Amino acid sequence: MELIPTPLNAESEMRAKLQDTDIIGIILWIFRAVILVLVVWGTIAALLDNPYSTRQWLDFIVFGIAQGSMYALIAIGYTLVYGVLFMINFAHGEFFMSGVMTATVFLAGPMAASGFLNRNPILSLLIITLVSMAVSVLVAVVTERIAYKPLRKAPRLVPLITAIGASFFWQYFFRGLFGSEVKPFPQLEILTGTIPFLGTDILKTHVVVIIVTIIMLVGLNFFIMRTKIGKAIRAVAEDKDVAALMGIDVDRTVTITFATGAAMAGVAGVLFALVFRQVHFFMGFIPGIKAFTAAVLGGIGSVPGAAIGGFFLGMFESVGPALFLEGLGIPAPHQLKDVIAFTMLVFVLIFRPQGILGERLSEEKA
Amino acid sequence: MKRTFIVLSALILAALVLSACGGGAAEFVCEDEIGCVDYAPGDPVRIASALVISGPNTDLGTDSQYGVEIAMEFREEILGHPIELQAEDDGCSAEGGQTAGQKIVSDPSIVAVVGTSCSGAGVPMSQVISDAGYVMVSPSNTAPSLTDPDQAFNPGYLRTAHNDKVQGRAMATFALEELGVTTAAAIHDGDPYTEGLARVFADSFEEMGGTIVDFTAVNKGDTDMRPVLTSVAAAGPPEFIYYPVFTAEGGFLTKQAKEVAGLEDATLAAADGMISDAALDAVGEAGEGMYFSGPDLSFSGAIYESFIAAYNDKYGTDPISVFHAHAFDAANMIFDCVEEVALQDEDGTLHVGRQAMRDCLYATSGFQGITGTLTCDEFGDCADPKISVSQIQGGEYVRIWP
Repeated sequence: MELIPTPLNAESEMRAKLQDTDIIGIILWIFRAVILVLVVWGTIAALLDNPYSTRQWLDFIVFGIAQGSMYALIAIGYTLVYGVLFMINFAHGEFFMSGVMTATVFLAGPMAASGFLNRNPILSLLIITLVSMAVSVLVAVVTERIAYKPLRKAPRLVPLITAIGASFFWQYFFRGLFGSEVKPFPQLEILTGTIPFLGTDILKTHVVVIIVTIIMLVGLNFFIMRTKIGKAIRAVAEDKDVAALMGIDVDRTVTITFATGAAMAGVAGVLFALVFRQVHFFMGFIPGIKAFTAAVLGGIGSVPGAAIGGFFLGMFESVGPALFLEGLGIPAPHQLKDVIAFTMLVFVLIFRPQGILGERLSEEKA
Repeated sequence: MKRTFIVLSALILAALVLSACGGGAAEFVCEDEIGCVDYAPGDPVRIASALVISGPNTDLGTDSQYGVEIAMEFREEILGHPIELQAEDDGCSAEGGQTAGQKIVSDPSIVAVVGTSCSGAGVPMSQVISDAGYVMVSPSNTAPSLTDPDQAFNPGYLRTAHNDKVQGRAMATFALEELGVTTAAAIHDGDPYTEGLARVFADSFEEMGGTIVDFTAVNKGDTDMRPVLTSVAAAGPPEFIYYPVFTAEGGFLTKQAKEVAGLEDATLAAADGMISDAALDAVGEAGEGMYFSGPDLSFSGAIYESFIAAYNDKYGTDPISVFHAHAFDAANMIFDCVEEVALQDEDGTLHVGRQAMRDCLYATSGFQGITGTLTCDEFGDCADPKISVSQIQGGEYVRIWP
């Protein structure tokens, strides 16, 4: 039962509201304006005094898309889990690391040593990818069952902190298992070299990364939108209690959600190893943080959003330093690529707090 | 109430005065300005190490720690006391150095520190150690700023490693005179060691008549180096690229440089942070033919031979990185000074003055170590700096210059 506000009250409330938005609004507008001016000024300066050839600009874009593909695949895991549980699973970077570490140590290394890898490159890659996905899924399911499930009803902060704990646990678990050294991932002969494309040469590994990512994303979309399990995931995301009343096994569905995200991360791990050719127990941390950023950028909770966010973030990191900073005369601009990526995140969130593709979350969900 | 208070205070005062006078006449009074470390008879003399013993640069720190352990084994005891090592990890980062430093200065039984491995960890740790009145000798910090009184120097900091003013200049000389290149680029990762070395290299290279086309940086933890390499290519492209960074970033730079248009033929070079088995793995086949500046390890002499024999014996391998001898010398400098400044009671109790320890170390002169004849200056540079350049040939480091 709400009291009808007297006109006086309404007026003063309105005034208070106006003042509030005014101060915040002005700060936000100044911030927007400053960034816009810097970006535009930097871009114009960079293009006027252009030290790069068209080909090099194209290269920057391709590097960005390839890097963004990996962010996109990892970001899927964050966004799926957030969509279903409203929980930020900071251990997701470790799911990414665990699969490819295991596959490198037990498969890629020995396969390269015996020559099997280059004799049957496609079969080997398939096996490596499947094992990587399997280990990532296993780690994810174990984490979910042991660390997260008992906390399903706990306040939101509790599983968040648990996730950070789980992240440390898995890092040091794999460090104990495989050692703290950097492990080289062998180079595949068929993926050595470049393919000419639009006047530039794209690395074959980058082509593979981009194509595999697109296939995985389309497949995932099909899985979520068209299959029965996908429908169950969406139903649980809408409302767990009602989903349970409709005969959906909520626990099983949550586990499947984690497994799906982890499988994507497992593939991303193999792509990462193909491009960078080394793995390490700590390798999941930074891509994990970046992918989380990508998920927020695209709109957390939205699957296409995570993909778009990943590609955008990769592009900002790759093109940004050369385009925005070099024109401003900032030395060593590439050291500041994270600054650009996160400034862009803030920038996008000021204009669209829900992210590029995200929907405004309802009061209940937020 | 007030009277009770006065009486109580008087009693406490009296008790204090009595207890102060109560000891025997032979009671030791520490006269050192910043305090003493005391060791009861039979208690070990404790030193600490703060070296990188985890993460991708493990080999660098572990190798130095082995050097310290061998020095302890050779020395056996100091004035009848055994020696004990408290091994900490500097994490090769500012945070790691800070943490290790705090942990060490919270232990009053530690007389001196061998560390840190990385200059980035050395900067905060030097501050912590200095403020607490301790003293540290680094076997592998090479950043010029650490012994520069206008920058990061703190009293209580010394090192047996060369100053990178020497190393950067040596690499520039090698590139210009031996390789005959005229254009170069330098890349660092923001760490004091890498930035200092890259800067000295670039300045020396220009001074000697070469052209630096690009001086740029990456982040620690970056994996995708292609954008920055593309910028380097657009600026030049240079004939020679020097990136004195650490194993992880160095591995990515090496592998990706060959794949960036314009840099296919550039000569690649790095520094002593990347001379280890782990770094060989990290650069892989792409590292073949790459150059590395670092301390000249062509040591000789009876001590070195017995050192290597002990190393092989104890750890079952040849030295895994390059700063084992520097660590051995650092530990011995500390042991010599403890022996020199310690005051011994009749029952064998040792008292080591902390300021006396510092004074003794800074006064080190003509110390015969494996790495040469060490003489410390007032800002802690003790090295007898000899730099060599090696190249990866057939998957191994081969010394080629001078």
